[in-house]
Amino acid sequence: MAVVENLPSPSTERPIGFGRLKRKEDARFIRGKGTYLDDIELPGMVHGAVLRSPYAHARIVSIDTSAALAHPNVAAVVTAKDLETLGLAWMPTISYDTQAVLAGDKVRFQGQEVAFVIATDEYSANDALALIDVEYDPLPAVVNARKALDADAPLIRDDKSGQADNLASPTWEAGDERATERAFAEADHVVSRDMIYPRCHPAPLETCGIIADFNPETGQLDIYNGNQAPHAHRTVYAHVAGLAEHMIRIRCQDIGGGFGNKVPVYPGYVCAIAGSIVAGVPVKWVENRSENLMSTGFARDYIMRGEMCSKDGKITGLRVDAIADHGAFDSTAQPTKFPAGFFHIVCGSYDLQASHVKVKAVYSNKAPGGVAYRCSFRVTEAVYLVERMVDALALEMKADPIDLRMRSFIAAEQFPYETTTGWTYDSGEYAKTMDVAKKIAGYDDLRREQAEKRARGELMGIGVSFFTEGVGAGPRKHMDILGLAMNDGADLRVHPSGKAVVSISAQTQGQGHETTFAQIVAEELGIPPEDVEVRHGDTDKSPYGLGTYGSRSTPVSGGAVAVVSRKVRDKARMIAATMLETRPEDLAWEKGRWYVKGDPEKGAMIEDIAARAYSGEPMPADFEGGLDAQVIYDPPNLTYPYGAYIAVVDIDPDTGHVKVRRFIAVDDCGVRINPMVVDGQIHGGLAEGVGIALMELISFDEEGNCLNSSFMDYLIPTALECPDFELGETVTPCPHHPLGAKGVGESPTVGSPPAIVNAVIDALYEPHGVEHIDMPCTPARVWAAMQGRPEPPQ
Amino acid sequence: MDISTTVNGEQVSGEVEPRQLLVHFIRETLGLKGTHWGCDTSNCGACVVLMDGRPVKSCTVLTAMCEGHEIRTVESLEVDGELDPLQQGFHERHALQCGFCTPGMLMTARALLDENPDPTDQEIRTAISGAICRCTGYQNIVSAVRWAAEHESATKQEI
Amino acid sequence: MQTPAPFEYERATSVEGAIAALERLGSDARIIAGGHSLLPMMKLRLASPEYLIDINDLAELAYIREQDGEIRIGAMTRHVDLLKSELLARRFPLFRDAETVIADPVVRNRGTIGGSLCQADAAEDLSAVCSAAKAQVVIRGAEGERVVGMEDFHVGPFMTAVGAGEILTEVRLRMRRGAGSGHEKVERRAGDWAIAAASAALWVDGGTIDDVGIALSAVGVTTIHLTRAEELLRGKPPSDELFAQAGVIASEDCSPSADGRGPIDYKRHLAGVLTQRALRRSAARALSEEA
Repeated sequence: MAVVENLPSPSTERPIGFGRLKRKEDARFIRGKGTYLDDIELPGMVHGAVLRSPYAHARIVSIDTSAALAHPNVAAVVTAKDLETLGLAWMPTISYDTQAVLAGDKVRFQGQEVAFVIATDEYSANDALALIDVEYDPLPAVVNARKALDADAPLIRDDKSGQADNLASPTWEAGDERATERAFAEADHVVSRDMIYPRCHPAPLETCGIIADFNPETGQLDIYNGNQAPHAHRTVYAHVAGLAEHMIRIRCQDIGGGFGNKVPVYPGYVCAIAGSIVAGVPVKWVENRSENLMSTGFARDYIMRGEMCSKDGKITGLRVDAIADHGAFDSTAQPTKFPAGFFHIVCGSYDLQASHVKVKAVYSNKAPGGVAYRCSFRVTEAVYLVERMVDALALEMKADPIDLRMRSFIAAEQFPYETTTGWTYDSGEYAKTMDVAKKIAGYDDLRREQAEKRARGELMGIGVSFFTEGVGAGPRKHMDILGLAMNDGADLRVHPSGKAVVSISAQTQGQGHETTFAQIVAEELGIPPEDVEVRHGDTDKSPYGLGTYGSRSTPVSGGAVAVVSRKVRDKARMIAATMLETRPEDLAWEKGRWYVKGDPEKGAMIEDIAARAYSGEPMPADFEGGLDAQVIYDPPNLTYPYGAYIAVVDIDPDTGHVKVRRFIAVDDCGVRINPMVVDGQIHGGLAEGVGIALMELISFDEEGNCLNSSFMDYLIPTALECPDFELGETVTPCPHHPLGAKGVGESPTVGSPPAIVNAVIDALYEPHGVEHIDMPCTPARVWAAMQGRPEPPQ
Repeated sequence: MDISTTVNGEQVSGEVEPRQLLVHFIRETLGLKGTHWGCDTSNCGACVVLMDGRPVKSCTVLTAMCEGHEIRTVESLEVDGELDPLQQGFHERHALQCGFCTPGMLMTARALLDENPDPTDQEIRTAISGAICRCTGYQNIVSAVRWAAEHESATKQEI
Repeated sequence: MQTPAPFEYERATSVEGAIAALERLGSDARIIAGGHSLLPMMKLRLASPEYLIDINDLAELAYIREQDGEIRIGAMTRHVDLLKSELLARRFPLFRDAETVIADPVVRNRGTIGGSLCQADAAEDLSAVCSAAKAQVVIRGAEGERVVGMEDFHVGPFMTAVGAGEILTEVRLRMRRGAGSGHEKVERRAGDWAIAAASAALWVDGGTIDDVGIALSAVGVTTIHLTRAEELLRGKPPSDELFAQAGVIASEDCSPSADGRGPIDYKRHLAGVLTQRALRRSAARALSEEA
């Protein structure tokens, strides 16, 4: 493809377009001059704090707020009763369920919002929480999704009319059940495994928060809030609060990490808005860490049974039965027509004969969410399952896990490839990528080293995973959230001096949009990236779009920016033709300049064209003047990045402690706009994958108490648990993306956990017969597996 | 209660509640928003500042404890428009993404280099092991601290 | 973020002053040293003292020195200084073993030995370290000083021999010939509290174990003093077989409970493994010292 040929060398220090350009946004962050939500102070601002339920399931008998109201610094205490009068007691979730803003009838998970205190300062607001007296009548809690389906399980959602059980939605299926039965009947080898992808949490370093500033005189609601989808939030607030959408302005300034956690609208946000409407002053509310871990969007919590079969040495069939645990309210993030998200991408990178996938969704007395954590709508669970199953099958077949994958890959010439569950993969050369990883790892040497160590009683494991993701939701005909098409806008204005502003609807949380999107404009218009300012995060100043999650920034907003740049370029061509007194079709383009075909000396630079566009000089006929354009980009398909990962682990045979010694990641995300930023995304995602595989877990006791409600117990890897990651790349351009690019942010978090678990099993299977271990592979859980009794996480 | 302390080389005094945490004195009372906070249990390191030259977690120090002591925050690193080599190194080596952990990392690394001007990768990893970064996987932070160590004496430059 | 409930604050300028303040304010007052255990508990509102007496500025309690055949460590000596002390590393290397894995380097800049011992969290490393090293602690009150051996220091969960109106001021380690010591810990992640940890110290004389101290962290409601294993070892030449037997005793004599760090049998197993490792390391150091 042409775009590849045009690529500058990745080592180019100051590229005009693509390349390793250092980030523009660093200048403020390295000086401590970023503006995060809690850094913002408004005149007259007061502070909110949320009282939360200590019970996982209980009826609320009474709430006495009088003592809190008597606190000299308390302005108001809001309860469900107050919200009912405003029509704000319940709010819609992004999955068409409803969620209590403040619990009135009963609480359904530990940490649920019960009351909202507004005080002059944060310390007083926290003090007042202790003064609210709530009487609860505890009910039995269900925290296990399978038990939630028992006939005698307590009914969690008695607020929903007609709800007689804890099923959150009808069973959802994909693939061909009968064809799959045939594939299994004809198979040479069949394996099955039960596995859990346990609940974990994105836990961005900055917690969630909001400042709501309602002006009663003008009716204008200003919201400051670090969220990943400001336009969608505004639409939701308009619906929830009955406010006029054009009178709401959301500003997201710097965001201290999101990873999916900052996609949903949380009850605390609605409380702050209601508080500001009632009190007439700005209300700030910022979560503490426990609130973040106990009540906001968790990730995963899938209970899965997989069966896989092979014939003639090649994987042929896959059957999956999964239960999704949504917690007390279904606020899973996914496009409307995909109730199990993209989980049915579970057939992975393999040319299967048939597959069949079933997903049930249940309510439990746990926090709602299911909002990813660096994951495109359940792709992570799917990749984990299929990559664990391939290794299980390789054990059964006594095959090398790389060989089995190589034999079963979709071949390069089969693309575009229609999977047995209905996805159309865009492009790939899987075997090539696997080979690169194998080479970097020195795979054969590693196997020799392992054999020597095994003979000495040492435990070393080599784990492989090969993932294919679908990212960049998505095409309007298939994908919407709450009826909003998953498209993104871009608005590009080139000013008379040739300097440009591009406004985008993607919302950075650290991904480097201010640099990368400037590079796209720079590449397309041939102007220096420092001459392009990227605007985002202000609903008054950026075009409508659905924000940044699911690795959609480059696939969707990147497409929008490429297309809008080309529109501007076409407009420039018209003007250049007038300037050069020729016809547009007689002009040719080189970076930054239109010139006359056959007379390359005669041409016009973009900045000259821009000056002309705003000048009093003659213009092309029917030309309005100016050099700008707007687009809404509707991607024709998802993009399908993929990668080959190899993990090497050492396990202490006496303590079960797992150390990731090496990690090799070869990603193919198509054309890389800024390879430095791409590498950074991969590093970060791998660290999160190490965390999920080894330590990150949100667990509950039988009563529904959350056991990981602070960073003392929700463990995130430090610099000492992360190895130096060894990266490689192949570039297979995306055929339908204007730049040939694919999404990448989530690939490392999707692909790394199965590689690490496969490595752990690779170390333990031969000496200890361990066939499976659920994550996280903590020392205790690994040791228990070595004793022959692997235990599911609580 | 009255408190008098030195912050970034300047004497500051004022009245604070005894229970006020140092992170709030820095952020709210002094308006230095470069110091962040990320947890309540002194596990994340976002709030690290230097107290008498040693990195401490300012969420777990009372303002009252700072009487007569010297505090340094991220705002002190750039002097007369010249970046600290660590700031430059973080930019050069893409050692930050969302930027939220960056001030704590910078101050932790500053103390390391002040004590050990030529640390190994493992020493750097140990020194920053009390600080969580959710974005970078730490590799580029290690590389940035090495960059700074190698450039400490070199001319500092404006971005 | 979470914030502590209101309290009155008093900055001590001398040990006597701190003791007088404790006497004056009674049971509603707490001493605060590094604060890295107490302040998080106060933020979680699990502790709400009415008065805090801050002893951070008592420089007179921050020292590590040799005196009268002992190493004397002031109660306000911070973890980082214990880690860096060459004297301790030479005489009682288990301190350096432990200090490289206690919390994280930033926390180690604030936390103190006195605070750690007085918090008496059974999962805390220094209580086991001091027990194994047969330390004595100096406790001062209005009536004067008393010296208490570590064997009498832990009187219950989170309870120590330090009484009302008293302050722990010093830790004393007697220097003897042929000493070797080690600390072994398994944690879920760097900086986490121990799943289990074992401290050991051996004094070898003429090829036999003259004296020995072994203690365990995180496998009981208090620090576990492994007296039965100590008795087994005393008077015998160090050997892997002997240490394996001590490991078996460690597994038997601890009383862990199940939690997010692991089930009971795993912690018993670890107690045994780590006791063996700590003893082996101690013996190697003692023998090289003796040689």
